[in-house]
Amino acid sequence: MGLLSKKDAALIKDPLADNNPITIQVLGICSALAITAELEAAIVMSVSVLFVLGIGNVVISLMRNIIPSKIRIIVQLIVVAALVIIVDQVLKAFAYELSKTLSVFVGLIITNCIIMGRFEAFALANGPWRSFLDGIGNSLGYGVILIIVAFFRELLGAGTLLGFKVLGDPIEKTGVYAFGYENNGFMLLAPMALIVVGIIIWIQRSRNTALVEDH
Amino acid sequence: MSKKTDSNVYTIIFAIAMVIVVGGLLAFTASALRPRINNNERLEKQQNILYAMGVNANDASSAVFVSTAEAPELFSKYITKQLVIQAGEVSEDENAYLIDVKKEQASAKAGNARRLPLFVGNKDGKTFYIAPIRGKGLWDAIWAYVAMDENMVVQGAYFDHKGETAGLGANIKQRYFMDDFIGESLMSNGEFKGITVAKGNNDPKNERKDDNKVDAIAGATITGDGVTAMLKSELKQYVPYFENLKNN
Repeated sequence: MGLLSKKDAALIKDPLADNNPITIQVLGICSALAITAELEAAIVMSVSVLFVLGIGNVVISLMRNIIPSKIRIIVQLIVVAALVIIVDQVLKAFAYELSKTLSVFVGLIITNCIIMGRFEAFALANGPWRSFLDGIGNSLGYGVILIIVAFFRELLGAGTLLGFKVLGDPIEKTGVYAFGYENNGFMLLAPMALIVVGIIIWIQRSRNTALVEDH
Repeated sequence: MSKKTDSNVYTIIFAIAMVIVVGGLLAFTASALRPRINNNERLEKQQNILYAMGVNANDASSAVFVSTAEAPELFSKYITKQLVIQAGEVSEDENAYLIDVKKEQASAKAGNARRLPLFVGNKDGKTFYIAPIRGKGLWDAIWAYVAMDENMVVQGAYFDHKGETAGLGANIKQRYFMDDFIGESLMSNGEFKGITVAKGNNDPKNERKDDNKVDAIAGATITGDGVTAMLKSELKQYVPYFENLKNN
C-alpha cells in the first residue's frame, strides 16, 4: 500500500488477521449469530457496518477533545443512532427497495458492540484519518468472518448460495440430493453459528500459537 | 485532557447542546423526507395488492413487483372496487387501501368497530377479493395481502415482515412459501378454519389443497405460528361479508 505509511496500513491489515474483532477481540458475536444464515444478509450487514463505523469513527474522532468523559458512552450511542436513522430515512425516501432490505439491520447496527468498542478504544484517542482507517479495517475484519460463517451455513443448511440452488433441488431430488444427500437444518439455527465461529478461532490460534491466551 | 471538559456545568451544557443539535437534525430529516416516504409507502401498498392478485413481474423463482412507475395505472385498471366493512355495513371508499391496519386493530381493542378494508379486483374475467391483514412474528410485525375468490379459496398471497430472522422467518416473503397458499381453502365443510402453517405435514410439494395446511419453513416455527394465527384471527372477520355475497 504505497499510499499509506506502514503504521497506517497496519490499521487496515491487523483486524483482518491477528487482531480480528470477532475471533480475537470476541466482539460483535450477537450479529454474527443473527444474520449469518444467509450469505446475502451477511454481505449487506458487512457493508452497512463498514459505512457506519467508517463515518462514525471520524465523527467521534473530530469530537474527541470536546466530549465530556463522564457522558462519553451516551454521546457515542447518540452519534451512531443518529447516523443510522438518518441513513435509513434517506434510503426510505430515495431507494425504497434497498431500505426494505436494510430495515432489519438498523437495530443490529446500533447495538453492534464493535462500533461502540472502536469508538471507545480508538477514535477517542486518535485523529480522524487514522480513526477512519481503523473503522474500515475493523469492519472488513468483521465482514470477512461474517461472510465465511454465512457461506458455510447457507451452503450446508439450505444447499444454496446467495439464493441459487448450487447443490440441486432438495424437493425434486436433483444434483447431490439424487445420491441421498440431505440439508443439515441444524446449520440454520443460531448454535451452529457459534460452533462455526469457534472452529475459525481454533484454526486461527493453532496456526499462530502466539494468539493463544494464557488464562 | 483539560479540566474544562470534566466540570459538571460543561457536561450539562454539552448534553443539552447535543440533544438539541441531534434532535433538530433528525426532526428536520424526518419531516423533509416525509412526503417522499409516504409516496413510496403508498406505491408499495399498490404493488403488494396487485402482487396478491397475480399482477406481478415474477420470474421463475423470485417474487418481483410491477414497477413503481406502472403501479398506479395498473392499480386503477385491475382494482374495480375498494370496500370498507364496518360493523356489518359495507361502503365504498376509493382510498380504502390507505387504511392503516395497525391503527384499526388498536382502535378495535379500545372497543370501537373496526374498519375492514377489502379490495375487489378483476383480472381476465375472474374476481378477486383482497384483504390486508397484520399479525405478530417472532421479533416484530408481519403482514400480508391475501387474494381470495368468493368461496374463500386463496388465489394469491403476499407476505412481508418487519424484522424476522434472515434465512429463516424472513423467508415468508419467498415465493416457495407464498405460492404454497394458492389454491388452499380457508373454509372446511362450510366452517371457517383458516390455514395452518404445519410442520410434519408430509406434503412438501403441497399437493393436498384441501387440508387447510401448508408446509412450514424449517427453523422458523414462531414466525410460522404467527402466520397461522394472523390468517385465522384476521380473515375470520371477513367471513360474514363472504356469506352475504353468497346469499345475495
